[in-house]
Amino acid sequence: MSLPNPATPVKLVLLGEAAVGKSSLVLRFVSNDFQENKEPTIGAAFLTQKCTIGDRTIKYEIWDTAGQERFASLAPMYYRNAQAALVVYDITKPASFIKARHWVKELHEQASKDITIALVGNKYDLVESDEGGEEEDSLRKVSIEEGKSLAAEENLLFFETSAKTSYNVNDVFIGIGSKIPSASSTEAANQQSHVSEGRVDLSGGVNNRGQDACPC
Amino acid sequence: MDEEYDVIVLGTGLTECVLSGLLSVEGKKVLHIDRQNFYGGESASLNLSQLYSKFKPSSQKPDNLGGRDRDWCVDLIPKFLMSNGELTNILVHTNVTRYIEFKQIAGSYVYRSGRIAKVPSNEIEAIKSSLMGIFEKRRMKRFLEFIAKYNDDEASTHQGLNLDSNTMNEVYNHFGLETGTKDFIGHAMALWSNDDYLNEVARPTYERIMLYVQSVAKYGKSPYIYPLYGLGELPQGFARLSAIYGGTYMLDTPIDEVLYSEDGSKFAGVKTKEGTARAPIVIADPTYFPEKVKKTGQRVIRAMCIMDHPVANTNELDSLQLIIPQNQIGRKSDIYIAVLSDQHMVVPKGYYLAIVSTIIETDSPHVELEPAFKLLGTRLDTLMGIAELYEPVDDGTADGIYLSKSYDPTSHFESTTDDIKDIYFRVMGKPLVLKKRADGEEEEEALNGLE
Repeated sequence: MSLPNPATPVKLVLLGEAAVGKSSLVLRFVSNDFQENKEPTIGAAFLTQKCTIGDRTIKYEIWDTAGQERFASLAPMYYRNAQAALVVYDITKPASFIKARHWVKELHEQASKDITIALVGNKYDLVESDEGGEEEDSLRKVSIEEGKSLAAEENLLFFETSAKTSYNVNDVFIGIGSKIPSASSTEAANQQSHVSEGRVDLSGGVNNRGQDACPC
Repeated sequence: MDEEYDVIVLGTGLTECVLSGLLSVEGKKVLHIDRQNFYGGESASLNLSQLYSKFKPSSQKPDNLGGRDRDWCVDLIPKFLMSNGELTNILVHTNVTRYIEFKQIAGSYVYRSGRIAKVPSNEIEAIKSSLMGIFEKRRMKRFLEFIAKYNDDEASTHQGLNLDSNTMNEVYNHFGLETGTKDFIGHAMALWSNDDYLNEVARPTYERIMLYVQSVAKYGKSPYIYPLYGLGELPQGFARLSAIYGGTYMLDTPIDEVLYSEDGSKFAGVKTKEGTARAPIVIADPTYFPEKVKKTGQRVIRAMCIMDHPVANTNELDSLQLIIPQNQIGRKSDIYIAVLSDQHMVVPKGYYLAIVSTIIETDSPHVELEPAFKLLGTRLDTLMGIAELYEPVDDGTADGIYLSKSYDPTSHFESTTDDIKDIYFRVMGKPLVLKKRADGEEEEEALNGLE
């Protein structure tokens, strides 16, 4: 395994009501793929993806909520040292936008002060054909203005996206990446560096491939 | 909800969360409930407000303690992980190490004859140790060499001793070790909390010393490692594992009713404010089925001491374990002290946390901790709690109700992982075999390969 240039690791957490397309956004970003009728997330809730912005390379470590959001039972560990968050709602579901407000509040309470948050209205593909046409039978239930105004109020980045058509998806991650303060100045990074001495890598040695390559 | 599950787990203590994670990875559909609004149950780490509301509900938390509330992560059960122990093994094999960072505990100390000193972990340290006189050092060196070289298949390494028939005391006496040396080997290395082991066969003690020595060898400073932000990260990490494999989490959800089969003989489900959930099996901590557990007869006192200085005579170390062997202060069981600081992110900068614990032997348990308090020096505040230890009455195979044991006063997690493996065996009908989980990096590689 060769690592060309050292990338700044950035922990990014995903928040939002079930079925707004959190995992689909990540799947689109990480592998440029989309699965219709995707099952709720199982098994792969820790994905990484590198993203080059100017002369910086960021390695996103993306944390999905898995089965902890349905009854609002996210562990504090989830927010710990998160440098970025995507708060996702479905622009055809007003309830998911109300939930998004709740998650933004939760982030302000639980996460570090300088976290970069992007508010993302997903499923743009469902309304794309209506845009500019008659508003009345549009599937859109949350206007772009509502999204923008919440983002302005709370100082968030704002995007409308479609994981299905990949509209704006990369822009979200590039937008976050450009806004994240350089590694040394963040609260999370400071905490990390001041305790780095004496840290142990448990998986080192035990975790090498040859040893664990048993077919069981 | 009106849903069917394979297993319902009640309580988010470490034992329950590890089992929840392991069963979810095996494809079981798990519903995991806690009546409290935080993860960890008895094995949680509490922030300052939670800590004071639990231990000093009548008084407000003191104003003079610095930092934000969540800069404090105070363990309810003081323990460290053995670097080479079974919990470390489970963490590595389940990849829960991806969610938690670990640091070494900087030192392991023992009290002997009115002083404290570092526990020697190999022949070289034994020779340098201030714990022993010159002749005793040589005897200790020979003993440690015997332990290191002992091989079941080579009689020449046995020195005429048989680990399965000789008692540990006979082994000690073969090397002519003094009582004080036996004390620190048995209590600070083999980590026995009383002297019963002396008259039992030597093998378990040999294995414990090996675990200690190998754990020290792994990272160097001490045999212990500890998660940043406190032990409460462990149940959270395994809960996350469970959730990733489809486990559903409901905190802040008291159990309104336990449902049984029609003849009342078997567990069938639970009713909560969210509705009914059914499953043939429940795994729970003792607090959820008080009628199905019994007292072990042991009670533990634990004191969380908040300090603004390191412990004297420990080289200003940021973290350590200090054991006061029972013999040294005329007790039946040892006193353990776990010291931590901001280096493990459990207190704000400038503070130290010392958690003192022992098995209660008298009617005035707080007085029993005095020898430890003397070694610690001035304390800004001390919060004390007494815990009765429980264990299940039945093994759960008849009624489908599998209960964990209370966390015991040992200084590490080896007995906890024994309980986990035992419950796993009873629930699954097969022993736990740890398999390596495909990790995120591999997934990433696979995905990148598609591009």
